[in-house]
Amino acid sequence: MEEKQKIFRDNIFKRLFWPLMALGLLLLFNLIFTKGFFHIEMRDGHFYGTLLDILNHGSKVMILAVGMTLVIATKGVDLSVGAVMAVAGAIAALLIVQVESGWIFVQGCTLGGLVPFLNAHHMSWFLPALAAIMISLVAGLWNALLVAGFRIQPIVATLVLMVAGRGIAQLITDGQIITFTNRGLTFIGNGHFLFLPFSVWIALGVFAIVAIAVRKTALGLFIESVGNNETASFYAGIEAKTIKGFTYVVCGLCAGVAGLIAASNIKCADSNNAGLYLELDAILAVVIGGTSLNGGRFFLAGSIVGAILIQTLTTTMYARDVSPHVAAVPKALVIIIVCLLQSETFRRKAMGILKTFKNK
Amino acid sequence: MGKTVELLEAKGIVKTFPGVKALSGVDFSVSAGEVHALMGENGAGKSTLVKIITGVYRKDAGEIIFNGKSISPGSTLEAEQCGISTVYQEVNLVPELSVAENICLGRQPKKLGFISWGGVRKRAVEALKRLELDIDVSKNLSYYSIAIQQLIAIARALDIDSKLLILDEPTSSLDEKEVAELFKMLKKLRGQGLGIVFITHFLDQVYQISDRITILRDGGKVGTFEAARLPRLEMVGRMIGKDPEQVKSMEKKREIRKVAGKEFLKAEGIGRKGMLFPMALEIREGEIIGLAGLLGSGRSETARMLFGVDPSDSGKLSIGGADTDISSPKKAVKNGIAMTAEDRKVTGIISDLTIRENIVLALQARAGAFRTYTLKEQYALADKFIKALGIKTPDADQLIKNLSGGNQQKALLARWLAMEPRLFMLDEPTRGIDVGAKAEIEKVMDELCEKGMALLFISSEMEEVSRNCDRVMVLRDRRKIGEISGEDISLQAIMKMIAE
Repeated sequence: MEEKQKIFRDNIFKRLFWPLMALGLLLLFNLIFTKGFFHIEMRDGHFYGTLLDILNHGSKVMILAVGMTLVIATKGVDLSVGAVMAVAGAIAALLIVQVESGWIFVQGCTLGGLVPFLNAHHMSWFLPALAAIMISLVAGLWNALLVAGFRIQPIVATLVLMVAGRGIAQLITDGQIITFTNRGLTFIGNGHFLFLPFSVWIALGVFAIVAIAVRKTALGLFIESVGNNETASFYAGIEAKTIKGFTYVVCGLCAGVAGLIAASNIKCADSNNAGLYLELDAILAVVIGGTSLNGGRFFLAGSIVGAILIQTLTTTMYARDVSPHVAAVPKALVIIIVCLLQSETFRRKAMGILKTFKNK
Repeated sequence: MGKTVELLEAKGIVKTFPGVKALSGVDFSVSAGEVHALMGENGAGKSTLVKIITGVYRKDAGEIIFNGKSISPGSTLEAEQCGISTVYQEVNLVPELSVAENICLGRQPKKLGFISWGGVRKRAVEALKRLELDIDVSKNLSYYSIAIQQLIAIARALDIDSKLLILDEPTSSLDEKEVAELFKMLKKLRGQGLGIVFITHFLDQVYQISDRITILRDGGKVGTFEAARLPRLEMVGRMIGKDPEQVKSMEKKREIRKVAGKEFLKAEGIGRKGMLFPMALEIREGEIIGLAGLLGSGRSETARMLFGVDPSDSGKLSIGGADTDISSPKKAVKNGIAMTAEDRKVTGIISDLTIRENIVLALQARAGAFRTYTLKEQYALADKFIKALGIKTPDADQLIKNLSGGNQQKALLARWLAMEPRLFMLDEPTRGIDVGAKAEIEKVMDELCEKGMALLFISSEMEEVSRNCDRVMVLRDRRKIGEISGEDISLQAIMKMIAE
């Protein structure tokens, strides 16, 4: 028994080896060359520093990557998460402004009354946040309907919302950038809790909930089974459709949470830029984490490491004063190296070349 | 046959694919003005032979003489230029283009370097006239029925001034009337001196149209016969590798069991449009039932229907006396029905998961995602079946794709046995399995049937069916044509029923 568990753990370690190695090397580089990268200080009972910024800013991609991992494990992809973030942020911003102007305040209080430990004052953020999550749920259901229900190719199906989503966000905000100052809502992306940025706790929470939901039930097995061989899974009595749809719904919800954090970060809803291109970062994080785009086995922890690696890279660029215009180039270089190292074919070929060199 | 000059003469054709000898020195000839049927079971080498003649594959050895010249087509285009054209099972045309465009596609008549649309139309009309087909060639192909599309495909094939026409399963999507139309046409073309190679799995049709029959088996040639002098029984026997004498002398080895179990499943008039004609069937507890018939007779389709993969769209079905609707495998599993399908790689194994995960899958699917079997339970289950079925593996954590075919098959049996099915349907369970494993599997199944599990057994090895089953349902051309039970079961009886 224990032996078997060990093999299991070994496998996970093997998968995480290269991304962790890359992350370690990157941190080592910064330790030596970037002054103050590892500086952490305590202010007002909270930790501050570059490393915490990485976690704080990386939380959005971490959350997206969790949902994206499940989708990719079913051999799908969700391109709409960035746009869904914008929609969720727009809804939250719109509603919080309405709430604060007193329009929905009464309803907010009534709802707040249902949850005993929150009083009406604290509740002002609740309705907007809930609405943001609900709309991301609807977005997830829409993708699920297209992909699982109507069997449309995932790339095409989610492209619909990727393109239309920002338009919807624009409609919600009437083309304006809505700013807000509500303490509850701004806390999500800027507050601190138990020494750490609150958004880091949210990311950890999302990761923990999803990890438990799929690994402590048979959902994970079903997802991997459907992603690896949908027909055979169907023959085994698994409702492949439902499983696929479920992953898109989870992915949508994750995008909603990330959207809230993004809006809260900058205290406004910017429909054009919120979550822009983050779907690509999320997909990249998943791939770096060891989950194959061919579906099947997935590694949630790997995706988190991938997300942290991407954010560390970005932050390193800022810390080293690389102009944002060219920052994409070194970033791409590091990422291609990580991907190559993960490829068994590449490693074998590289080894072969090295050996012939030695022999000479 | 007189000493006529053969139109096509293939000699000693050899083709090897990695690990498989698809053709081992096959001779095949077609003369002008004859319809020559190419028969054989799945994997016999029919398609490989045709694909070598039409330039899809290159032969490893042998010679093809066509019209007096040795040819070696490297592509279908080259074969067409020689005068060999092919019509495949599925219509390989472009539905969104007009009939005329389809017929002239790739060889449009040109004027000053530009396509002459008038010429295209004229040529299409002429090509269709040869088949006595008078239709509007400017309409899209998809406007016409599949049968007409099939004829258009033939017209296109003939438009290239071909001398040999190869038809690969041209009738599988046609109804009886359409088949008759097609045959009328073929007879006329034969009269015009065309050589026609006809591949089908419908026995009736072979005798309706062909002059000679060549039978292939396991990549070798069994023989070429004149259709009029080859009795059906003999043809079936030769296709499955038993000569009629052998069939007659073969004794039934299995002792007859009296099965007096309770009724488990009863169905009336269940069928599926385009797949299976409505049939009635009844399955009792503890019974071993065989489904016999040639490939394409509806054997696998029957199992797929009962398992809810392609659910029936007519009739009534009851399980244990209660009316039930099996519309998906999930429902079948809920009702205690299990099935391993023919194609293990596609419908069976989840290759990147471990043996343990593969074994626990069906049980877990039936329990639902939230009644999770603990790792301990899973290992216990997996280890139990690895031992019971003798699956050769270091442990349950190996990926199933690393097992040999026979062991994969055993793991799949374990997947279903784990849920203790009341009816287990096995489609070609022994394909690609060595003799030892075969015997082990048969033994396990026998034990389970003693305990009341019903077994539905499908195999292209009719001998296996006749040896193992208490009752045999015989299918032909997607229709159940009869049942044989108890002492009456014999290879000969089954073959006679199929041939009649």
